[in-house]
This record gives sequence, C-alpha cells and structure tokens, in this order.
Amino acid sequence: MAQDKALVELLYTLADDDFILAYRGSEWLGLAPHIEEDVAYSSINQDMMGHAAKYYHLLEELGEGDADELSHLRSPEKFRNAVLLEEKNGEGTYLEQPQYDWAFAVVRNYFYSIHKKFRMDSLRQSSYEPLSDTAKKVSIELQYHLMHWETWFKQLMTSTDEAKRRMTAAVERCWNEMGGVLSLGPMAEEMAEKGYIASEETMRTKWLDHMKKTFEQIGADFPGELGMTKGNGRQGEHTEDLTQALETLSEVYETNPKVAW
Amino acid sequence: MTIETSFDQLTEEEKYEHFLARIDAGEKIEPNDWMPDDYRQSLIRLISMHGISEIMGALPEKEWVPKAPTLHRKLAIMAKVQDEMGHGQLLLRVAEDLMEPLDMNREDIMQNLFSGKLKFHNVFHMKAPTWGDAGIIAWLVDGAAIISQSMMLNSSYGPYARALKRICAEEVFHAQHGESIIMALAEGTPEQRELLQDALNRWWTALLMFFGPKSKENASTSHVDKNMRYKIREKTNEELRQEFFTKYVPRIWSLGLTIPDETIHFDEEQGLWVYQDPDWNEFKEIVTGNGPQSKERLELRKTSYENNRWVREALNPAAKAI
Repeated sequence: MAQDKALVELLYTLADDDFILAYRGSEWLGLAPHIEEDVAYSSINQDMMGHAAKYYHLLEELGEGDADELSHLRSPEKFRNAVLLEEKNGEGTYLEQPQYDWAFAVVRNYFYSIHKKFRMDSLRQSSYEPLSDTAKKVSIELQYHLMHWETWFKQLMTSTDEAKRRMTAAVERCWNEMGGVLSLGPMAEEMAEKGYIASEETMRTKWLDHMKKTFEQIGADFPGELGMTKGNGRQGEHTEDLTQALETLSEVYETNPKVAW
Repeated sequence: MTIETSFDQLTEEEKYEHFLARIDAGEKIEPNDWMPDDYRQSLIRLISMHGISEIMGALPEKEWVPKAPTLHRKLAIMAKVQDEMGHGQLLLRVAEDLMEPLDMNREDIMQNLFSGKLKFHNVFHMKAPTWGDAGIIAWLVDGAAIISQSMMLNSSYGPYARALKRICAEEVFHAQHGESIIMALAEGTPEQRELLQDALNRWWTALLMFFGPKSKENASTSHVDKNMRYKIREKTNEELRQEFFTKYVPRIWSLGLTIPDETIHFDEEQGLWVYQDPDWNEFKEIVTGNGPQSKERLELRKTSYENNRWVREALNPAAKAI
C-alpha cells in the first residue's frame, strides 16, 4: 500500500513507547525489591520488547526500512516515544551505583499500562488490519502487566508513611509528563479520521476517568491538571536521557549494522 | 499414625540407619522427613550457593541485555536472564524450607551473601567486557552448568531433584541461544571472530575452575565425598570436567577457535583429557570475594537491597525479609 504518513507516525509512536520503556525496565534487572519481582518485571519487559518488535516489523512491511535499523540507528529526534518513558530510573547507571526509584518505576508503568490498555481496546478495531491483529495479541499479555502494576500501585499508595510519601512524589512527577504519553502528536486527527485509532480526546478522557476512580478507591488526592513540561516526544522533542539510552541500546549493533549478529 | 509413632521411638542411630537405607533404595527425602543434621547442612550449603549463584549470575549478563545487537538478540537474552532469576527463586525456596527448622530465612541468605559467608560460583566474579562474553557465558558457562547439574537430577533430596529437572530443561535452551550467538560471530567478520576468541581466552581458566579442584589437597573434597555418600551428587569434580572437555573441546576446535592451553589433548591410553591445571590458589581468592569483579557485583546487589528497604517494609512492615 502507499505510504500513509499518519499510519507510519502511529506505528512509530507505539513501537518507540514500548521499546524505550522496556529498555528502562531491563536496566532494573537484578535490582528489583525482591527476587520474585525481578522474575515478574523482567518477564513484563520481555513482553514489551516483543510488542515493540511487532510494530517495528509492521513498519518494515510498510517499506520504512529494516526493523533492527529502525530501532537501533535512528537519531533521537526521529523517535516518537513520550518523554516520560525515556527518563532515567534514577541517578547512577544500570552498571554503577544505580540509585533507582521503585516508586517511579511503579507509577510510570502503572500509568502507562492503563493507557496502553485503552489504546489496545481501540486498536483491536483499527481499520488497518495488521495493527488490529497485533493489538489482539498484545492485549492478552497486557492483561497480566496491568494486574501486576495495579497491585503494586494500590499496595504502596496505602502502606507505610514512607511509601505514601515516595509514591505521592512519583505520582506528581509522572503527572507532570503524562500529557505527553496521552498525546498522539500533530497527526492525531488524521489517525482518528482514517479509523486507525480512537481520538486523542476519547482516550484521554478514559484514562482520566479510570484514574479518578482509582484515586477515590484508595482515598488519595486526585492530582488535577496533566502536564507535559519537557516537550512532546511525538514531535521529536526529547531529553538527553533518550540520547544516552540510544547510545547504550545500539552500542554493539552500530559497530557494524551490515553483518549478521 | 502408628508408623509415625513407632518411628519416633527409634534411637537417633536407628533413624540414621533407616535414612541411609531409604536413600540407598533410591527413595526421595522430602522436607518434613527425618534427616541427619549434616545432610540438612550439606543441602543448605549446596542449594543456597546454587540459588544465589543463579541470581549473581544474572549480573554479568545483565550488562549485555540492553546492548544485545538486534531485536531478536535482545528478546532472547532478556528471556534467558529472566530464566536465571527464576532458577534462583526456585532454589532459594527449596533452601528456605530446609532452613526453616533452624529459624533462618531469606534475610539470612542475603546477609550471608553480603558478609561473604555465602559464596557464589567463580565464573560470576569475572568481567564480561564484550558481546563475545555474553555468547561465551551462555554457550560454555551454561554448558558447564548443565553437566554439573545433570549429575544431581537423581539427587536423594526430592525438592532439589525436581527443581533441577526444570532448570536443566531451560539451560538447554540457554546453551542453544549461546551457540547461536557464537555461530554468528564465528562466521562473521575478522573483528567478530576476534571478539569471540578474546572472550574464550578470558573465560577458559574460569571454566576449568567451575567444576572445582580435582585433588584432595586443593579442595574441600570432604563435601564432595559426603554429598556422594548421601546421593546428593553422583560424580567427582574431575569426572565432570572431563565430560565438559569431551563435549565442548571438539566443538570449539571445529569453529576454528584456539583454546588458550597448548597442552590440551585427549590421551587415548588413559582415556582422559590432559590439560593445564589452573592455579587453585587463584580460585580460592576468587570465590572468597577477591575476583576481578567480585566487589562491584556485590556492591550492586547491596546498593539495590538498601535502596529498596522501604519497599520491603511497606509490603510487610512486621517482617524483615521477603
């Protein structure tokens, strides 16, 4: 089929969101609060990396180029992921002195997974069949991710004072960037018109409604207006964190992208 | 009930005889069965070391998870390291059941790891500086692990034998994943081949050490002897190392790689591989926490344990460890 810019942009959005967040998750490997969580979290990240790979392959089928090159060699401004998902897990690196923040990991993954669920619900009806097929497969795994993060979120939000304090700070931090996750970028309208995905407004409303209920349920204050303070990733606006992430992700591949690995 | 009552009336010696008769008959010992203290202690030592090695073993490979070259390799190594964590979890649960009557739990395992009392496999104290190392670890370290674990599939301790069945099945996939990385590098550019050869050179000695010392002067072979009497293990360190050579040396050679030991060859008369023995003093240094990367890896584990203390407390304010 002919190149459709809106479809391509949507696929990059879906692919890059999962790719970058799975990467951030994989940095936690061996560092999670307990061994059972290490097993569970690494399974979720593996699923998410798998989802990203599916979208990159859809892009490859549309003639965008080789899936490995798309994921490893594009420059940061070509990435369409939301800024919240690229942010570092905390100070230090995954190899040295990782001062990682579990509250941030839980809130970021919970907020994102809820949005991803509404996304998949909509994409299962997508007018682009390969995408609706993919969404059906992704939904099955996503169900478990949601259960996982919801459990963590509710537990920590209602536990010790220290946990509440840390979680509230993480909620505030994520809330300030969540607008970027819910954005579909400059081509949002065309994506909806062509029936690829529901409108940005519809999905935003669903997410906010769900959050209102959740916050009510656990007796926490609802944070109010969503923000997008560090730029809109859907337009290629990113932070230094993405540049560093991509350098790590492509360190081996870029030594020679032409050969088999 | 009557059987239990009559068993309780036996003397310690009679219980011991009964226990030996059971394992000699090939019966499995279960967590709530009577067992001699030194059997319990041997199992705790062996299984907690095995479990914590799986967990510490995730750290060198973790370095290569984000950097794995392609989407396919990223997915494969993510799956593999997740398996290793799963093995660690499975084994620690087995160890915890054995420790319970002694009033010990996972917190003790973690604290013993941090204090150096609980050791982990020598191979996981080594650096893994290139993608070639990721391949060699999956192919040969996991290959060595399959050999040493397979001999315990018939272990007299039921929960350990059952855990190992599952673990060995997954390790076979890991070795295949490693072999696939190795093949791609071996058939690749001169730079890729060099990556591989360098990694093999780095890992060879550590692989020999993996099976433990052969002679009594060099090792706590009393553990080996006891574990064999108790049918926890079936072979000596040297028998396992010889199996490893038989399986892998020809494969390494067929890839055109050079083993960094000019003396290694199969001696037809003895029916044994002859090789350069590693420096066992160095082995002792490594496993007591003075290996090239020991401190960094332990530090990583400690840092995360401390950083996440608030999470463990939030989940279960009354208990110390989970």
